[in-house]
Amino acid sequence: MGKTLFDKVWEKHIVDISTHTEASFLQDKKLLYIDLHLLHEVTSPQAFEGLRLTNRKVRRADKTFATMDHNVPTKNRNNPDLDPISIKQMNYLKTNCEEFGVTLFDINSKDNGIVHVIGPELGLTLPGKTIVCGDSHTSTHGAFGALAFGIGTSEVEHVLATQCLIQSRPKTMRVNFKGGPAPGITAKDLVLALIGKLGTAGATGYVLEYAGEAIKNLSMEGRMTVCNMSIEAGARAGMIAPDEKTFEYIKDTRYAPKGEKWDEAMKWWQTLKTDDDAVFDKEIEVDVPTISPQVTWGTSPDMVIDISAKIPSPAEAKSEAEKNSIARALEYMNLEAGKTMADVKIDKVFIGSCTNSRIEDLREAAAVIKRRKKAESVKQVLIVPGSYNIKEQAEKEGLDKIFTEAGFEWREPGCSMCLAMNDDVLEPGERCASTSNRNFEGRQGKQSRTHLVSAPMAAAAAIHGHFVDIRNEI
Amino acid sequence: MKPFTKLESNICPLDIANIDTDQIIPKQFLKRIERTGFGQYLFYDWRFNADGVENTEFNMNKPEFRNAKILLASENFGCGSSREHAPWALLDYGFEVIIAPSFADIFFNNCFQNGILPIALPDEKVKELFEKVKTAPEAKIKIDLENQKIAVSDGGEISFDIDKNRKEKLLKGIDDIGFTLQFLSSIESFEKQHLF
Repeated sequence: MGKTLFDKVWEKHIVDISTHTEASFLQDKKLLYIDLHLLHEVTSPQAFEGLRLTNRKVRRADKTFATMDHNVPTKNRNNPDLDPISIKQMNYLKTNCEEFGVTLFDINSKDNGIVHVIGPELGLTLPGKTIVCGDSHTSTHGAFGALAFGIGTSEVEHVLATQCLIQSRPKTMRVNFKGGPAPGITAKDLVLALIGKLGTAGATGYVLEYAGEAIKNLSMEGRMTVCNMSIEAGARAGMIAPDEKTFEYIKDTRYAPKGEKWDEAMKWWQTLKTDDDAVFDKEIEVDVPTISPQVTWGTSPDMVIDISAKIPSPAEAKSEAEKNSIARALEYMNLEAGKTMADVKIDKVFIGSCTNSRIEDLREAAAVIKRRKKAESVKQVLIVPGSYNIKEQAEKEGLDKIFTEAGFEWREPGCSMCLAMNDDVLEPGERCASTSNRNFEGRQGKQSRTHLVSAPMAAAAAIHGHFVDIRNEI
Repeated sequence: MKPFTKLESNICPLDIANIDTDQIIPKQFLKRIERTGFGQYLFYDWRFNADGVENTEFNMNKPEFRNAKILLASENFGCGSSREHAPWALLDYGFEVIIAPSFADIFFNNCFQNGILPIALPDEKVKELFEKVKTAPEAKIKIDLENQKIAVSDGGEISFDIDKNRKEKLLKGIDDIGFTLQFLSSIESFEKQHLF
């Protein structure tokens, strides 16, 4: 029987421990070797503390890279008045990296940025690698045909000490995106529509493989957006088979193999696709041509509708539990069932995050503006590039000017308002059109109201002061 | 890690589906660099009103549930962010067992790393427990990990499944890293032939 893309990467990383009598203790679990371990300031401190307490070292510092992204300020970068606890956490990462010999891209490094943006950018993320990070959006790296997933801090410590993880084999699900998208439909709309279909736990226990014409035709940026949100359907990881676009993206990046090593790697990478006769535990289809621009209305990423659809009512619920959760979400979001999202006015806009802060997202957002200005009723529009490299590229293309002339704020890279750990926070009750990945209660600040959309949808909402159908803007 | 063997306690019910780790421990409290001290912030936005005063409507603040060590929740508990601060906060507050129809993947893993026992029970069993708590909020149940049994106050008994390997580790409070390092020689030989 043939193998899936997942099988091929998984099997290549199983450490054979059969000579040890203790191996039987693992039963059907495997010891999985990790090729790349990414760290950031929020989920690593306790792991380093654990190493110190047990006198352990980082086993492979050469496979471990760190960045500061979650609570970094996106303006006045080196402001000494910054929240002292944030400073403490960042300084602690610096100390830890120095002491244990880990490469760190700190806030003043020209390669600094969001962990899931800089990994691919620097060529650390490569096809067929196993990649982990103490962050659930590690699934992003699956866009390159890597097996990449988020882990907790105890597992971060485990990987630091052993370069391995004990893992059960997940199930596999192929998502076939059939047909091509309508104009104006982005990768974000594809993945939001999928989450709406699967629900937030629909893929729990699975590794997803995204396939089909619409996925093939996506840029690497688009593929990263899709894989990024795998976790929002509960999946352990999301993967896309590498192809010429993938190889083109990574070739000549700093850490990608060069010369003979590249050729050797390419031989393996070209085999990284699901065999025709491989069997998945589950397969589903998504009809791409019928996908409209997506907007979340509620407090969970699966509470998502077409821009022209009506906001659901508790009366339509299929179960008592669903009825309660719709009612609760409508109350929290202060929305009325039966209206459309286009009727909903917004207070702020956030374009950024590991989902949508790459150069293509910024280009798409800038293209919507067409010399117009943000609506007066919109209090703030934040444009937060994913990395300094993206920021530099955008400035080369003059995108920053387009944004600032429209009254948007052009910031330094970081996670920013996606999780609002720095001072980019919504005030209670404020409503935000956001290109991020989670619309949970309080995610962008206490009592904040988040609507997830694509970058062009967010930019158009900034111009109009309310959501609009992007198809009317192009 | 403290071993987990048995527990007797009443149950604190929290009948909301898809409770995410942002709710369990909001991001403004993730800046500590220690594993301890997160309990005071557990479910912060639900436990406290905007003015910082306790929300008396929230179950955890009701006198009958204050000392409960078992949390009863609905499906997909612990979804969202991978933050291990969520189980740290639950444990630090005093919860040692979480019962729900289903759990999110990363959260489920994180529980075992910290000596918390997450028990997934069939929907109808969870519903029954919610009903029982309604009628007798202070009734205690007994959890026996060795025998994988929950003894309910009215004499009923519920069995639960748990991965054998995880059960052993919980019972003994074993450190995963020490276990894996036994295989160091195999890891080293793997690295010699591995491409990356």
